[in-house]
Amino acid sequence: MAQAEWHQKSGDDPAAARAHRWTLKALSTAGTIALTFFGLLLVTFLIARVVPIDPVLAVVGDRATEEVYEQARQDMGLDRPVPVQFAIYVRDVLQGDLGTSTLTARPVAEDIARVFPATLELATIGTLIGVLLGVPLGVWAAARQGSAVDQLIRFVGLVGYSVPIFWLGLVGLLLFYVQLDWVSGPGRVDIFYDGVVPPVTGALLLDSLIAGNTEVFWNAVSHIILPATLLGYFSLAYISRMTRSFMLTELSRDYITTARVKGLSERQVIWGHAFANIRVPLITVIALSYAGLLEGSVLTETVFVWPGLGSYITNALFAADMNAVLGGTLVVGMVFVGLNLLSDVLYQYLDPRARQ
Amino acid sequence: MSLPSRCWIAVIGILLTVFVVSLPASAKTPKDTLVMASQFDDIVSLDPAEVFEFSGAEYTAQVYDRLVAFDLDDISIILPSVAESWTVSEDGKTFTFKIRQDITFHSGNPLTARDVAFSLQRVVKLGKTPAFILTQFGLTPENVEELVQAVDDEMLTFTTDQAYAPSFILYCLTANVASVVDSQLVQSKAVNGDYGHGWLRTNSAGSGPFKLNAWRPNDALIYDRYDGYWKGEPGFTRVFVRHIAETSTQKLLLEKGDIDVARDLTADQLAALADHKKIDLVSRPRGEIMYLSLNVEREPFSSVEGRQALKYLVDYEGIASTLLNGQVRVHQAFLPVGFLGASQETPFALNVDKAKELLAAAGLEEGYKTTLDVRNLPELLKIAEAIQASFAQVGIEVEILPGTGRQVLTRYRAQKHDMHLGQWGPDYQDPHTNAQTFAANPDPSEASTLRTLAWRNKWDAAELTPQTTAAVLERDPATRAGMYMEIQRAHQQSSPFIIMFQRVAVIAHRKNVSGLIWGPSFDTYFYWQGTKSK
Amino acid sequence: MTEPTATFREWLSAADPASRAQAQAQEIYRAALALAANPLTLIGGLIVLALLLTALFAPVLTIYAPNDQDLANRLAPSSSLHLLGTDELGRDIFSRIVHGARLTLYIVIVVALTAAPAGLAIGATAGYLGGVTETILMRITDIFLAFPKLILALAFVAALGAGLNSAILAIALTAWPPIARIARAEALVIRQSDFIAAVRLMGASDARIIFRHVVPLCVPSVIVRITLDMAGIILIAAGLGFLGLGAQPPAPEWGAMVSKGREFLTDQWWIATYPGIAIFIVSMGFNLLGDGLRDVLDPREATR
Repeated sequence: MAQAEWHQKSGDDPAAARAHRWTLKALSTAGTIALTFFGLLLVTFLIARVVPIDPVLAVVGDRATEEVYEQARQDMGLDRPVPVQFAIYVRDVLQGDLGTSTLTARPVAEDIARVFPATLELATIGTLIGVLLGVPLGVWAAARQGSAVDQLIRFVGLVGYSVPIFWLGLVGLLLFYVQLDWVSGPGRVDIFYDGVVPPVTGALLLDSLIAGNTEVFWNAVSHIILPATLLGYFSLAYISRMTRSFMLTELSRDYITTARVKGLSERQVIWGHAFANIRVPLITVIALSYAGLLEGSVLTETVFVWPGLGSYITNALFAADMNAVLGGTLVVGMVFVGLNLLSDVLYQYLDPRARQ
Repeated sequence: MSLPSRCWIAVIGILLTVFVVSLPASAKTPKDTLVMASQFDDIVSLDPAEVFEFSGAEYTAQVYDRLVAFDLDDISIILPSVAESWTVSEDGKTFTFKIRQDITFHSGNPLTARDVAFSLQRVVKLGKTPAFILTQFGLTPENVEELVQAVDDEMLTFTTDQAYAPSFILYCLTANVASVVDSQLVQSKAVNGDYGHGWLRTNSAGSGPFKLNAWRPNDALIYDRYDGYWKGEPGFTRVFVRHIAETSTQKLLLEKGDIDVARDLTADQLAALADHKKIDLVSRPRGEIMYLSLNVEREPFSSVEGRQALKYLVDYEGIASTLLNGQVRVHQAFLPVGFLGASQETPFALNVDKAKELLAAAGLEEGYKTTLDVRNLPELLKIAEAIQASFAQVGIEVEILPGTGRQVLTRYRAQKHDMHLGQWGPDYQDPHTNAQTFAANPDPSEASTLRTLAWRNKWDAAELTPQTTAAVLERDPATRAGMYMEIQRAHQQSSPFIIMFQRVAVIAHRKNVSGLIWGPSFDTYFYWQGTKSK
Repeated sequence: MTEPTATFREWLSAADPASRAQAQAQEIYRAALALAANPLTLIGGLIVLALLLTALFAPVLTIYAPNDQDLANRLAPSSSLHLLGTDELGRDIFSRIVHGARLTLYIVIVVALTAAPAGLAIGATAGYLGGVTETILMRITDIFLAFPKLILALAFVAALGAGLNSAILAIALTAWPPIARIARAEALVIRQSDFIAAVRLMGASDARIIFRHVVPLCVPSVIVRITLDMAGIILIAAGLGFLGLGAQPPAPEWGAMVSKGREFLTDQWWIATYPGIAIFIVSMGFNLLGDGLRDVLDPREATR
C-alpha cells in the first residue's frame, strides 16, 4: 500500500520509482531472510535443549571422573539461564562457529565445508538430468494433451512422485551394479583412487579434470551416474509436470491462436512462442527442484554411501552428535531458504506480468 | 511432433549410451595395495594417549610399537617388544625395562628409553580417558617424572605405589597407552604445554610398520609403508581403510572385488559367503561381553530369585546358532575366554518351567511390564527382540527402547533404566578390568566416584567387592586365577547381570590376500605381514 | 421408472434440485461420476479403498501374527506356506505388510487430523483478520515452509527420540504450512463476500465468523491439498522408518522393513523388495486420487 501511494507522488519520475521499488523489495527480502534465519536458529536451539542426551557426556566420554564432568559442564555454559545460552549460540553461529562435532572431534563448520561439495556435485548432475529430460517431456506432453504420450509421461511422473527413493536406489544397485555390472558401486570413486587427485573445488569430477587425470574422472563418472540418474528421475517427475502445466496455460492464450492463424508451424508456435514465455517460471521451478534434491540427498547418500552432507547428518544423528546434526540442518535450511528466495526474486524481477 | 524435443531425446540417448559404453570395466584393487571396509566411526583422535576405541586401538597397532606384548595364541605369555627384557625389584614395586637400541622412528630419530618415559609421562599428564590404566598404579601428573624415569638411553624404571600382581602391571603395559611416540617430533609440535596433543590427534609420530597418510573422520583412513620397520618390510605400499556403515554395502563391494577385506558382515551375510570361491572367512573371539543388566531398585529385580528366573528365559543356544550364528558364542561369565582365570561354565539355558518356579518363589508369577534400553546396533536389536519374545512366555511384557549409543548411555549412567542390553569390552588384557566393573561397588551412594557397572545397576556387590580387591594384589598367577573363578561363579548366581555371549569377530577377505594377523583384541590386528597374489 | 435405481439416478440428475439435500447429493454424484470417468483416478480410489479394507481386516486376511517368530524357518523364500517369504526372525512378510497397512493409515490419519485443522485455523484466521495478525501468522508459516521437510523431521526426531509418535509429530509439524497458505487464500476471497458482511452486521464475533462461516468454506480445497500431500507424508514416514527413526521394532512399518532387508539384499532380495512395493503402490494410489480430485473439485486446474 505504501508502495502505491508513493507511486502517485512521484508518478512523473519512473526511473526513481523503479529504483525505490527495488530498494523496498531488497529490504523486504533481506527482512525475510533475517527472520527465516532467526526462526531456523530458534528451532535448532530448542531442539538441542530438549534432546534427551547429556551434552556433557558427549564431550567427556563414558569413563570420565565426576570432577572432569562438572568442569566440562561449566565450560559449556550449561549452568547459565536458557536465554543467555541462546544468545551465546546465535553469536557463535554468526561468527561461523557451529561448535565441535563429537564424532569427528573437528569444528562442524570445517566438516561441512569438506562434505558439502560431494552433495552439491550429486544434486547438480541430478538436476541437469532432470532438466534435460523433464523440460522436453513436459513440452511434448502439453503439445499432445490427452494423447497416449501425454498419459504415459504423466504416469512416469506420478511414479516418480510415489516411489520411495531409498528403495529405488537399492533396486538400482542390485540391478545395474550387482547383476548387470554396468556401473560402479557405492562411493564416489573406487577406494584406491582416494586422495589421488588433489582437492581444489571438492567436486571430484572437476578436480580430476583439473588434474588431468582421466582415469579417475571416468571412474568417478561410473560411480555418480546411478545415484545422479536416480535423483534426476525425481527432478524430472516434478519438472515435466510443471512444464506441462505452464505450457497448457500458455497454449490456451489468444496470441497462440493468432500465431497459428497466421500460419506459423507448430514447432515455431510451441518453441518460439509458448516455450519462450514459460522460461521464467521454469527457472523458479528448477531452483525449487534443486533445493529438493539437496534435501533428498539424506536418503540417497545413505544408500550409495556418498560422503556428503546427507550422510554426515545421518551419521551424526545416530551418534547423537547434536552439534553436527543441528549445524547440518542449519546449513541445508539456509541453502533451502536461499534457493526459495532466489526463485521468488527471479520470478518477481524477470516475469513482466509479476512486475506489473 | 515438434522436432526439437525429438532432437533432445536423441542427444540424451546418445550421451547415455556413450557414458555406459565408455565406462572402464571396474578396475580391481592393485596388487601392492590393501583395501578394507570397516566401521571406524568410533575414532575421535589418533593420539595414543587418548585413543580408547576399538578402531583407534587398531590404528595405533599399525603405527606405533608398545613397550611389551603378549603371545597372540596364549595371552598368559608376556613377550618382549620395545623392551627386550625386564626385572622386578624385591618389594615388587619397581620394574626395570631394557629398551632395544635398533629401532628408528618414521622421522629417522632413534627410539630410546627417553622416548618411552616421555610417552608414559605424557599419558598421565594429559589425563585423557585411558590415562587411568596407568594412574591406577598411583601415578599422578606430579609424581610421574619421578616414578617413570629413563636412567639412560637404554634403561627405564617404572615404580608403583603398591606391590600389585606383576601380570596386572605387564598387561597394562601391552595396552595402547604404552605406545612409544617420537618425543623429539612431538615436542616440536607442542603448543601451550599440550605435549603435542593437538597435533598428534590428527598426525602420527611412531616407529610401526605404517605411517599415517590421511585421516578423514567417518570416511577414510590411509596408511603408507614405512620401509625402515625394525621387524621387516611391510607387504603393502599403501593401505586404504574406508568407513562403510552399511554391512550389505561391504558385502557387495567384497563380492565384486572392489575391496579386499570386509570387517563387519552379519551372521547371515557370512553364511551366504561361506562357499564363495574367492572369499575366505576368519573367526576370532573378541573381548566384548554381551549382557543384559537389571536395575535392582526396580521391584521385579530386587530379589535373587526374580533375577535368576530371567537367566533361564534367554534362548542362549537359539540366538547363538541362528540369529547371530558365528558372530557370538555362548558365554556366561564376565571374563572373556582367553583371560587369566576366565570361567567357561554355562549354568543357564532356556528353561521356562524353572523360570516359572523361580518367579513364583519371588512372588512374580503374574508377570509384569518392564522396559529394555538398547543401543540401535543390529546385533543388539536382534537379541532384544528375541528376549522380548521369550520373556513374553511367562507374562513379562518388555517394551524395547532403542536409542543411539549416547542416548542409551545417558539413561544408563543416570540409573534410569529398568533393563539394559549392552556390551562391555575390557580396557586392557588383565582380568581386573572386568572384575572391577562387574563385581565391585565400593561406594553404592549417589556421591560415588567409582561408578562401575554394578553401581549403575544399584547393586551393592557386598560380598564380591572385597574379593575383587584381594585378587588384584595376589602375586601368584595360579592362585589369582582361582580367585577369579570363584568370583565369577558367585557372580553368575546372584548378580543382576545376565551375561549371555562373547563376541566373535569374523573377517571376510578375498582369497588372494594372505598373512594378515588377527589377534585376540583390536590392538593386536596387524596388516604389515599381509601380501597379495594376483 | 419401475427400477428404483433409475429413480434414484433421475433424482440425482434432476435439472433443478428440490431440496438442499438433493442439491448436495447431486454435487457429490457429479463429482463421483467425473472422478470415475478417469480410469487413473478410479485406480487410485480403489488402491486407497484397498488400503482401508486391508487395515480394517488385517487379522482376517492373514494366518500368522505379524510378530510371531519362527527361527527355524527364517529367510524362507515365497511358498504356499508364506506367500511372500519370511524375514530374518522367521516372521511372515505378507502378514507384516498387511498389518503394516494399519501403521501407514494411522500415520496418515493422525497427520491429517492434526496438520489440517491447525493449518486451517491459522490460514483462515490470517486471511479473515488481515493486518498485523496476517503478517505475523503468514511469516511464521513462511518460515516453516522454507525449511527442508525431511531434514527438519530428522532434527525433530533426534530431539524427541526415535519412535512412531515423534515421527508423526515431526511430520505434522512440517505438513501444516501449505494448508495454512491455501486456507488463507480462500479466506481472503470469502471475507469479501456479502453473506459474511451480513453475518458481521448481525453482530457475530470474529471467532464465530471464522470458525462457523469461513472455515467450512475452505474445507474442500484443504481436502484436495491434504490428499495430494498424503503420498509425500507416506514417503517421509517411510524414509524416517528406513533411517531407523520411525516406528520401532517389532512394529511392521514398511520403511523399517526395507531397511532391515538391506542386510539380505543380494541373497534374500524379497525381504526389502515387497515392503518397498507396498509403499510405492499406496503412495501412487493417493497421488492418482489426489490428481483426480483436484481436476474435479478445482475447475481452475481442470484444464491443465
